[in-house]
Amino acid sequence: MKAGPSRTNRPDNTAFTQQRLPAWQPILSAGIVIPGFTLIGLAFIGVGVALFVTSQKITDLEVRGKRDTHAVLFFFQGPVFFYYGLTSYYQNFRTYGVSKDGYQLSGDTYYFNVRAWYSCAPYQYDSNNNPIVPCGSIANSMFSDTFQLYQVVNGMKKQVPLDGKGIAWWTDYNIKYSNPALVNGSFANAFSGTVKPVNWSKPVYELDPTDQANNGFLNQNFLVWMRQAALPKFQKLYGRIAEGDYAQGLPAGNYTLLINYSYPVISFGGTKKVVLSNVSWMGGKNQFLGIAYLVIGSLCIVMAMVMLIIYAKYKFTDDDEDM
Amino acid sequence: MLRRRLNRLFGGDEKRVDSRTIYVGNRPCPATETFIPPKFCDNRIVSSKYTIWNFLPKNLFEQFRRIANFYFLIIFLVQVIVDTPTSPVTSGLPLFFVITVTAIKQGYEDWLRHKADSEVNKYPVRVLEDGQPARKDSEKIKVGDIVEVVEDETFPCDLILLQSSRDDDTCFVTTASLDGESNHKTHYTVPDMEKDLQSLSATIECEQPQPDLYKFVGRMHIYKPEHDPAVRSLGPENLLLKGATLKNTKKIYGVAVYTGMETKMALNYQGKSQKRSAVEKSINAFLLVYLCILISKAVVCTTLKYVWQSQDGQDEPWYNQKTEKEKGTILYVKMFTDFLSFMVLFNFIIPVSMYVTVEMQKFLGSFFITWDRDFFDPEIEEGALVNTSDLNEELGQVEYVFTDKTGTLTQNNMEFIECCIDGFQYTAFSSELDSFCVTDGPVSTFQEKAGREKEELFLRALCLCHTVQVKEAGPDELGGDQVDGPASEPLRPAEQRGFIASSPDEVALVKGAMRYGFTFLGLESKTMKIKNWQNDVEEYELLHVLNFDPVRRRMSVIVRSKSGDTLLFCKGADSSIFPRVRPEEVERIRMHVQRSATEGYRTLCVAYKRLSVDEYAAADAGLREARLALQDREEKLMAVYNQVETAMSLIGATAVEDRLQEEAAQTMEALQGAGMKVWVLTGDKMETAKSTCYACRLFRRSTELLELTVRTLESGGRRREEMLHDLLFDFHRKAVQDAPPARAGVNRSWSSANPEYGFIVDGAALALVMNPSPDTNCSRYRSLFLQICQNCTAVLCCRMAPLQKAQIVKMVKNSKGSPITLSIGDGANDVSMILEAHVGIGVKGKEGRQAVRNSDYAIPKLKHLRKLLLAHGHLYYIRIAHLVQYFFYKNLCFILPQFLYQFFCGCSQQPLYDAAYLTMYNICFTSMPILAYSLLEQQIAIEVLLDNATLYRDIAKNAMLRWGPFLYWTVLAVFQGLIFFFGVKYLFSNPALQDNGQVFGNWSYGTIVFTVLVFTVTLKLALDTRHWTWINHFVIWGSLAFYVVFSFFWGGIIWPFLKQQRLYFVFFNMLSSVSAWLVIILLIVLSLLPDILLGVLRKPRGPHTQQMRRCLPSSGTSTIFVLSQTTSTHSFSWSD
Repeated sequence: MKAGPSRTNRPDNTAFTQQRLPAWQPILSAGIVIPGFTLIGLAFIGVGVALFVTSQKITDLEVRGKRDTHAVLFFFQGPVFFYYGLTSYYQNFRTYGVSKDGYQLSGDTYYFNVRAWYSCAPYQYDSNNNPIVPCGSIANSMFSDTFQLYQVVNGMKKQVPLDGKGIAWWTDYNIKYSNPALVNGSFANAFSGTVKPVNWSKPVYELDPTDQANNGFLNQNFLVWMRQAALPKFQKLYGRIAEGDYAQGLPAGNYTLLINYSYPVISFGGTKKVVLSNVSWMGGKNQFLGIAYLVIGSLCIVMAMVMLIIYAKYKFTDDDEDM
Repeated sequence: MLRRRLNRLFGGDEKRVDSRTIYVGNRPCPATETFIPPKFCDNRIVSSKYTIWNFLPKNLFEQFRRIANFYFLIIFLVQVIVDTPTSPVTSGLPLFFVITVTAIKQGYEDWLRHKADSEVNKYPVRVLEDGQPARKDSEKIKVGDIVEVVEDETFPCDLILLQSSRDDDTCFVTTASLDGESNHKTHYTVPDMEKDLQSLSATIECEQPQPDLYKFVGRMHIYKPEHDPAVRSLGPENLLLKGATLKNTKKIYGVAVYTGMETKMALNYQGKSQKRSAVEKSINAFLLVYLCILISKAVVCTTLKYVWQSQDGQDEPWYNQKTEKEKGTILYVKMFTDFLSFMVLFNFIIPVSMYVTVEMQKFLGSFFITWDRDFFDPEIEEGALVNTSDLNEELGQVEYVFTDKTGTLTQNNMEFIECCIDGFQYTAFSSELDSFCVTDGPVSTFQEKAGREKEELFLRALCLCHTVQVKEAGPDELGGDQVDGPASEPLRPAEQRGFIASSPDEVALVKGAMRYGFTFLGLESKTMKIKNWQNDVEEYELLHVLNFDPVRRRMSVIVRSKSGDTLLFCKGADSSIFPRVRPEEVERIRMHVQRSATEGYRTLCVAYKRLSVDEYAAADAGLREARLALQDREEKLMAVYNQVETAMSLIGATAVEDRLQEEAAQTMEALQGAGMKVWVLTGDKMETAKSTCYACRLFRRSTELLELTVRTLESGGRRREEMLHDLLFDFHRKAVQDAPPARAGVNRSWSSANPEYGFIVDGAALALVMNPSPDTNCSRYRSLFLQICQNCTAVLCCRMAPLQKAQIVKMVKNSKGSPITLSIGDGANDVSMILEAHVGIGVKGKEGRQAVRNSDYAIPKLKHLRKLLLAHGHLYYIRIAHLVQYFFYKNLCFILPQFLYQFFCGCSQQPLYDAAYLTMYNICFTSMPILAYSLLEQQIAIEVLLDNATLYRDIAKNAMLRWGPFLYWTVLAVFQGLIFFFGVKYLFSNPALQDNGQVFGNWSYGTIVFTVLVFTVTLKLALDTRHWTWINHFVIWGSLAFYVVFSFFWGGIIWPFLKQQRLYFVFFNMLSSVSAWLVIILLIVLSLLPDILLGVLRKPRGPHTQQMRRCLPSSGTSTIFVLSQTTSTHSFSWSD
């Protein structure tokens, strides 16, 4: 772009240097904006209606407090997802959020003992100076309530199987987190020399006694917990009801929820809840999107009409048409 | 610098005295008992700033002296020291980038300087050692060395000319590289110098180095074994400056007096003071606002944090225990570190990259001025020159234009038009060389001639009274033999005879005399030869030249004719000649002078005086004594000059035409149409200047002229002060009080109903206004004067000294509303006003390059000013204003969600966006589109801008960077920031956003907000772009594509150097969620809606669409003044 070594100092005669690059010069005229607004409005209303209807179809059932028997009055279309929710719980505290060791969680035993930057404070070591694995506040505060769902059929409790698989992100399970290699063929040996987090009742390699594969850092509930929630009021996936008799959904009837209540929330003014919900293509039930689309779509239409009136009245369109 | 300081240290006592003593050839002299070779600095030129060793510390120090860099350094250090939410990398990386790029640029520039320095320092020179020239590196020259320089070489240091190969003891130099004047200048050897330099025993006593190129005083003592020491005076005519080039002379010898960093060139190597643009002031004001926003955000968050923590159970919930360190910290320290952390978290609101982008925009943008072919002048083969790119946008804000007349409004291309001898008028239109014909002047009907004797005297005066040189055709004619015998040899045709002079008037006069048959043949060893009507060669011995200076406004020569008469010829401005001639002669000439001046010619009066032997002896002694003086030489010379140039008799007057510049009138009209006030500041006579103003259409027939000149002041027969008082109040009543109040929007061309006023003031009257006698109210006069001036359409200030020009500019600059001023001029006398004004423009004229060197922008012709201001200035202003507003806007809506997030994370300084996004947002994702916009945008096409000068008014007074637009942008940013954050927040009321029921976490939240943000601010810019070149398309869509690709890349790999893989597959998961897509689209559309709506609604009221079609009345020259356009005007660089 520099002027070449020409004989004279005459500047180059290129479109760029002379600021004459061919250019498209759009002007937002009423002729474009009014149809544009109308189109956007119509499209938004369409999407909004679809969202709203979809969201209406999604069933969700919230369980608060300690009532344990619930009536499901209609067929609950499956697959049904089982969420637990917490309020006033700040998983997004900064000090909380950084209190974990990614290297350790990727299965690198070197970092069981060595911790650069003290990233796991205050849960690096226990009072006896033994390294905690998995270290840090997030792991330490893992949600510990357990749930069992029963359908009451003829007075008999029939357990509804809660599938704890596939509740964490695929990449978390398969790539981001991994367990340390077995030592002497034993999983537990890999964690020798370390202690379980202070608040845990079981070591990490015994999180799920029912399924040996669902242990260690790859325990799916652990993975779900480790993905911090965005807001202090959140819900996390606990399990899916997708097996056996309930694969197609929960039939109408009475259900009992057995909660092993061990996770304290009263001290910080929090609450707990359980949500049963099915999902659609847009995810869980959320009226916001549909309503927002409808409102903005209508707004666009209204604005288009207002503009049309203004322009028709004041004939501002005269010199816009040919631009 | 260090070198100089060291030299000062070691130079010791020598430095403290006023003068230095130089031993020529570094040989001891008989007069001094002990020879102590004095210590001076060597001849090394060091223009480089750094060495390899000090580059890093020195450069870093200089960079961090900039307040912005320092601020970012502090933020960085806070991040390193305090436990802050974002890693030091986020602010360290951009800062490092900026610092590195700047350091590389400065390092490269310094390397170039090093290279240039060593080229100069290692240049081989020849120094006389024991009578033989010895080759040396230039840097080895010591003060006192005798240096040999041959033709076309540049002088390696400042030399006193001892010997020249020319017979007449002169040499010619050109100082093109020093001040750009390419004409040859004559320098003289020390008078009566011996030929044998080897045996020369002499000392030179001269002043300490000083930067003034045109000043030098010294004395040379020459010791001869049997004689008393002889003393010779040395002046600037004996000094050859480093950097000048030897011309037309085979070889010279000179003794080095100033070397290295003490040469005048090196002393002049100092940057001009920086000018700051008004936009920069706006930026700083906005920065202050944003700093306040930043601090208040941090304060609010810190307060909320502690309020919130004081609630039950919130200070330390069981799941988020404090570390030992946190527990141990004192509360106030904790609060302070929290405050710092918030500052760090929000510091992106003031982006490093804005400074980089603004600087890049200015630097790259200024290329469009140099590249513009419309500014290319085929005559001088040069285009526009940009000396500083900091003021580009200021070109769009000019309110007052101060223009010089000679060489700026006019061409400074002199042509002899007519003369008046003894009251009879002669015109020079005849082409016959030797017939001296009398013709009718435009108005005169003179038929008689003056006496032949008078005619000859007049022409002789023209031929003798000047400092013109005859250009020699080739080096073989150097001996001068060919020129010597003109009687035997046919003369070269007159047109081919080249004359070289410092002022074009002189050439015009000599050429004029040639037309009438008197030819100046040249100056040959103090003998001037002229050929008269009879083709005889007359010889005159040139005794003294009483040089021209702007205070005396005249020059004289003293010559002795063959017959032994001693004559003094003097020419100069009428005002400086008339008081010095016999009054009865004046009246006859005065009429002609005034009439010529009214027609726009530059007039000069010619007088002579016959000196008796006694008179001459006295004058000669006086002149010699004054020239030898070391102290106050100028003043003493002036006194002698004034004494000699008295009681002369007036012979006649000359009129020289200086044509108007091309399109001068159209340019002036366009500037006025653009709402600029044009003031002409000239040193010329009022009549000449007035006619130029009429010709340029600054004054029109309908303009009522208000004159505040010596003439009007003295007309009432009262004291000047009283008259000044009355006139000022009278004019003030007319122009200010009676004027209709709403004038601002009215275009001059259409408002013939209002009376227009033109104001004329001259130097003497201005001096009275500016510095009135103590009993009057000084500031009152000043403000009255200023108000009158500001209410007049055009102001003409004539008879101005250079300093008065600057005074006027300063007065306007500091007046209410501090309007942006622009000065345009071409001569050395305009430098002061060019430096004073906000924007200084130099015209690459004929009066040397001093104005160009001191200007901010240089253009070849006046007419280029129109495009420079109306098109380039306008566009640059819009571009940079938009750039600044957009930068603040995009960073506010970047940081606002992060601020809002604090309310939902317990004010724990949790960043909403990932560190990579925080860092890259300003560097990569959003920087290129705005840079491209700020370089290429043309909201209004250049042609339309040129045709409609009124469009310039739309952006006057910093219209796009006032608080109104700033507020609009800020409100828009807040609106969008709120939408981004709360839109996503409502979506996250159920974080299960995928069809597999899995939930999103906080980094997904931030990524969705960030995606909306990047798309919105980029599309907002796309909406504002009115001129889509392929570059705009490329960078806008490219930036968005880059963001997507980067996000995939950043989230698609486990980065080993990251402790936490926060964003791993977050972006991918976001895209797999339909809801995320829908919310992104929704929020982008919603954010842009108000802007689109406003754009549409505002448009009909916009100024452009209607006006762009309707051109202003054509700006052709009015018929009345077509005449003055063609046969117009001149003035004299002397009288300037």
